[in-house]
Amino acid sequence: MAKVLVVTSGKGGVGKTTSTAALGAALAQTGQNVVVVDFDVGLRNLDLVMGAERRVVFDLINVIQGDAKLSQALIRDKRIETLSILPASQTRDKDALTAEGVASVMAQLREKFDWVICDSPAGIERGAQLAMHHADHAIVVTNPEVSSVRDSDRIIGMLDSTTKKAQDGGKIEKHLLLTRYDPARAARGEMLRIEDVLEILSIPLLGIIPESEEVLRASNLGAPVTLSSPDSPPARAYAEAARRLEGEKLEVTVPVERKGLLARLFKGKS
Amino acid sequence: MSLFGSFFGRNNKTSAPVARDRLQILLAHERTGNGNESDLLNKLQAEILEVIKRHIAVDQDKVQVKLDRGNSVSMLEIDIEVPQQMRPSGQP
Repeated sequence: MAKVLVVTSGKGGVGKTTSTAALGAALAQTGQNVVVVDFDVGLRNLDLVMGAERRVVFDLINVIQGDAKLSQALIRDKRIETLSILPASQTRDKDALTAEGVASVMAQLREKFDWVICDSPAGIERGAQLAMHHADHAIVVTNPEVSSVRDSDRIIGMLDSTTKKAQDGGKIEKHLLLTRYDPARAARGEMLRIEDVLEILSIPLLGIIPESEEVLRASNLGAPVTLSSPDSPPARAYAEAARRLEGEKLEVTVPVERKGLLARLFKGKS
Repeated sequence: MSLFGSFFGRNNKTSAPVARDRLQILLAHERTGNGNESDLLNKLQAEILEVIKRHIAVDQDKVQVKLDRGNSVSMLEIDIEVPQQMRPSGQP
């Protein structure tokens, strides 16, 4: 039975697409069948971050409208055999995303894959609601920044009220993924602490992704960061988050400030 | 100077605790507001009408209270229709 995951956030630009690509690749690397689905109709980007932008022929809307079969729209990743992407449409009317159409596509994907990871558009509009509707598990991507935390709170409220799981009387599993965390600034009291964000939002932590140049480099190259530089701190953090998704009990690594030897010596003396 | 500098300087720099406190207050407010919004509006409408009625005779149905909750700004809109020949009740 496939597990359907939605990667969501209230505020835009917090790293949903990056996280979808990185987690999707990390899960697929363990041999599981993974599909990443772009729900951001009108502003598609997942194909670009995954480096599949020139291979898109049919998209989610084509499948929903019956212009293409699901198998025609799925793009197999060139690096990992068990990873596929279902791209979003850029040009079509986003109202073409119907609730029935989405339900039918999700049912088909559930049969084909072990993991269905949906990259949601930001916000609380219809597109975001459709993306989260069929999910069993939600990853709320948040930056340690006031507007991002506030909007995440609203998204958590929505997950608990409008998803199919919630309407059927169940409870959707929710996890927080804290991205762009800068340990040096947090240590100086310039950035919300992890404990504060967790206390305010009160959902369990899936991982902390440190702020890193590698994330931009990866998207420049069109490769999930877990593939382009697997030893970098963000890639390691994503890989650990993926293992937690698979049920492994793994202590969350809190990124620490990486100081030069000199700085450390000086700190030791003062 | 160095003592004062470090003492006050540090206080200026630690903006994160301020962020935490602001968020906690804001979210506590927003979370309670979401559940019984219509109740709040009904109460507001009744009380506003009561105050207005002390001075002007207005129809119960001619008062509209609306709350637009946006992402960053919420707007409370109160629409009261006053009959043309009405005068403030205190004057002759």
